[in-house]
Amino acid sequence: MIMDMKKLVGFALVSAVVLLSACSSTPEGEGKDGAGTMDSSNVSSQVDSSEVDEFGNPLVRVYYFDFDKATLNPDVRAALDKQAARLRKNSISIRLEGHADERGTREYNLALGERRAKAVANYLVIQGVESSRIQTISYGEEKPVAFGNDEAAWAKNRFVELVDIK
Amino acid sequence: MRVMAVCVLWVLSVAVTAQELRIEITKGNDKPTVVAVVPFSDAPGAALPENVSAIISADLYRSGLFRLIPASDMLGLPHQESEVHYRDWRALGTEYLAVGKMGRDANGMILAKVELFDVYRQQKIFSQQWQAPVSDLRDMAHAISDRIYLALTGVRGAFSTKILYVSALNMPNKRYNYRLMVADSDGARPKQILESSEPILSPTWAPNGYEIAYVSFEYDRRPAIMRHNLRTGQRDKLTHFPGLNSAPAFSPDGRQLAMVLSKDGSPDIYIMDLSTRTLSRITKDNIAIDTEPAWMPDGKSLVFTSNRGGAPQIYRVVLAEGWTERMTFDGDYNARAVPLPDGSGIALVHRENGSFHIAVLEFATGRLKVLSHTSLASLDESPTIAPNGSMLMYATENKGRGILAAVSVDGSVSFNLPGKDRDVRDPSWSPFLNPPQSSR
Repeated sequence: MIMDMKKLVGFALVSAVVLLSACSSTPEGEGKDGAGTMDSSNVSSQVDSSEVDEFGNPLVRVYYFDFDKATLNPDVRAALDKQAARLRKNSISIRLEGHADERGTREYNLALGERRAKAVANYLVIQGVESSRIQTISYGEEKPVAFGNDEAAWAKNRFVELVDIK
Repeated sequence: MRVMAVCVLWVLSVAVTAQELRIEITKGNDKPTVVAVVPFSDAPGAALPENVSAIISADLYRSGLFRLIPASDMLGLPHQESEVHYRDWRALGTEYLAVGKMGRDANGMILAKVELFDVYRQQKIFSQQWQAPVSDLRDMAHAISDRIYLALTGVRGAFSTKILYVSALNMPNKRYNYRLMVADSDGARPKQILESSEPILSPTWAPNGYEIAYVSFEYDRRPAIMRHNLRTGQRDKLTHFPGLNSAPAFSPDGRQLAMVLSKDGSPDIYIMDLSTRTLSRITKDNIAIDTEPAWMPDGKSLVFTSNRGGAPQIYRVVLAEGWTERMTFDGDYNARAVPLPDGSGIALVHRENGSFHIAVLEFATGRLKVLSHTSLASLDESPTIAPNGSMLMYATENKGRGILAAVSVDGSVSFNLPGKDRDVRDPSWSPFLNPPQSSR
């Protein structure tokens, strides 16, 4: 009985190691980690000037929100205008990933993250991007990017991220 | 072509670590009943892997209703009625005394004969024998605790229940690991049900005690509502619509599942008939967030969270008639209601001065009472109630780490279940898993 248990635990550990190593390899075409910056290989092959703003900076792909709000602040609208200009010139599809800070309940925050993603989507559609090219998803408070229990961390976790997909 | 690298692992039951959760009593009752549980006599033969009387003492202590006499203070260590001297126990202020003998039958089954005495009346309350294989001694101990709790309080004990919860690890470079876990209600014997690199949340029990539902992002990195049979390991994907698939809640008869979908626009409450998989839409507001449905115990109405008034508040919809009423009026954030088992009120998440607490709204008085005072800047959420209505568990944070905490529904006692090295959250307390014991 005790032997069986040890074997079982051993099996679980081996499985966990296999699993973690499988998970740690970054999949090809993964756009998430590079969001907000551009991969150097991308930059060298990039000739489309709409990928950068008038000062040569990469376009903003992360848009922040106030607590329990899904309204687009003026700076977010300005950033989205530039994204819309880029998207009108190409045919790629995008995914808008909505997030919420850890305050409040998990299920409500999932709904709030979706509402934020849809607010961005609606704005892009009004700016002339076809809705068929836009996917939205909410991760609520499940995938924080900043850790800490203060407004500085919370503010970084209330966002929508724009990810290019083929 | 995107390569999906969602790693999912599920097993029927695998022991992960000896003890993922650890009990810390944070606050005790002001006027506890004084109980002595004398260390039980050893069973003949090999030493047992669990100390049954110690588990019983810990159960009773954790309920907050009892103060336990330490073994070192005991003037004698009786194991049966003939050895009990009431005078000795009165001298220690003991009100109730439990004694027991462990034994082993011809088939190797472990036996426990336990007797409970009223010290002041000098009367035996019960004498009862339990039997279990050596692998199930914790179950035996919790069953004995349930019996003692019933004798002393008149309320069915809930020590033999389990909790589902999610344990999560945030790693560098936006990598995450999520595990769906089940453990005894004291945090012991944690077992992993599912592991994924994408979120798992909102686990909940079916009333039968062996099926569960939860939300998993493992398919296409989008949310799906899953039903999972813990006995067979069989899993069904119940919904995988575009948008939200969230907040599953089994009806009290187990035939229906309330949930939140946003496939028709804004997040709304739906009910799925589990035999036909047909959906009925319950809330029809096209703008507001409607979420977090919970069934009242009679199955006739749902309470849910809606921001239709501007900020999240609790509403109730009566299913047969379809009318809706607002339930909460104190404060600007009330969410995630869960009914008390007797239907007399709801527990919920309430924001006060920027801090999130667990509160109970009593329907009779309309009063909202804050139960959790974790800290001034607390982030309490996800309340769940023991099936006997005695304790309420919730998720909170301690030193930046997600932990589970519990508080008695009267607010007089609390304890924490900190995780070892991961965030633990989203607890769901099981229904009663054993048939009731007689209260004689």
